[in-house]
Amino acid sequence: MNINDFILKVEAEFEDLEPGSLTPETILKEAFTWDSVNALIFLAHVNVEYDVELSANELIEANTIQDLYNLVEVKVINKG
Amino acid sequence: MATFSVPDIKITGIAACVPEDIYSNENYDWIEEKERKTLIKTIGVSQKRHARLGTTTADLCYDAGIELLRLLEWNPTDIELIIFVSQSRDYIIPATAGLLQHKMGMTHQTIAFDIGLGCSGYVYGLSVIGSMMSTGKIKKALLFTGDISTLNTSFRDKSAFPLFGDAGTATAIELDSNAKPMAFNLQTDGSGYDAIIIPDGGIRNFADKDTSFEYHKISDGIYRNGFNIALDGIKVFNFSLREVKKNINNLLADSGLTLDQIDFIVLHQANKLMNETIRKQLKQPEEKVPLSLEEYGNTSSASIPLTMVTQLGSELEKSKKTLLLSGFGVGLSWGSVVLEIDHIQCPSILIHPNS
Repeated sequence: MNINDFILKVEAEFEDLEPGSLTPETILKEAFTWDSVNALIFLAHVNVEYDVELSANELIEANTIQDLYNLVEVKVINKG
Repeated sequence: MATFSVPDIKITGIAACVPEDIYSNENYDWIEEKERKTLIKTIGVSQKRHARLGTTTADLCYDAGIELLRLLEWNPTDIELIIFVSQSRDYIIPATAGLLQHKMGMTHQTIAFDIGLGCSGYVYGLSVIGSMMSTGKIKKALLFTGDISTLNTSFRDKSAFPLFGDAGTATAIELDSNAKPMAFNLQTDGSGYDAIIIPDGGIRNFADKDTSFEYHKISDGIYRNGFNIALDGIKVFNFSLREVKKNINNLLADSGLTLDQIDFIVLHQANKLMNETIRKQLKQPEEKVPLSLEEYGNTSSASIPLTMVTQLGSELEKSKKTLLLSGFGVGLSWGSVVLEIDHIQCPSILIHPNS
């Protein structure tokens, strides 16, 4: 996996996001409504796409798109 | 335990009943319009049915049961066993099944008891009623499932109020030595007991006039008291995405089946995002995994039979189908069953009038 591909898929998942609007440095709370519903949509997305599970705390602690990507990447690597 | 199968029983009819009052989530003005729109789209619930105070789950189940008996031309005195699966019983004591036995005019020879399960309740209920019929050679039985959840849901809880609807169902089951065995896989993880919980009013947190009724702010848009359903969305979500697929795959493997041999997968109607994610995990097309959430919301243990009635009714009346049913949630408790449905009575959904 790589972050550009990750970003493309996240942009496709959320209606509020214009294609090309996200960068690794984008701050989640500034880009869109980073609330519990959107957190669930993100959880569902990474579950289907990467077969990994994130907790509520991990999502709350993520600040940028890069943070989210790192979270998922570590889990994918640990999964083997 | 490992998966197990129950021989010699078949479903001969399913009926579902909902209260008359419709609640449209468009009118849920506790939250702003933009948030409301996102929420409705994500959970997939446009409207649902709300019981008025005074109507019980057993009242809805009664209507469904009477209609089934009429269509099947069964006499109430033919029924030897009834089970009421619900988390919204008529009284703290006694069990509600006895009230249904009496009200429906069944004899004193009837075995009647309750099972306190929700989302997984239909599958669990089928396994218990089927096993008793199979070993006891009980010819005719009725399984009642359902819940009135809306009365226990806080209006000021955006994580729960828009989701739940009320419904009661009845399923007629008959002994038949030619029936294909039903195959079950049932599981539990009680460490997640508080993921969906009504904390007060039981013996652990006995109802208290000062604390139980007091509303607390849980987070933005979420206020509830001790008698309200508390839902930990992310916990339930992760659990379901982790366990349901595994449970289904193990059941299929033990039964020597693949998903290609299943005509329909009927999942507990949790919410659209969850159900659609599970469907994608299973790599199944939309038309094979019906949803009734849009019109009825999450109806707890009624959701599987209600979806069969509203989305598959005519198919189940006219043909023979292999179904996989899977319930998952409160407990945490989950389970799946593979069974054959062959030309059953499946009347259109019934409406319980406000009295």
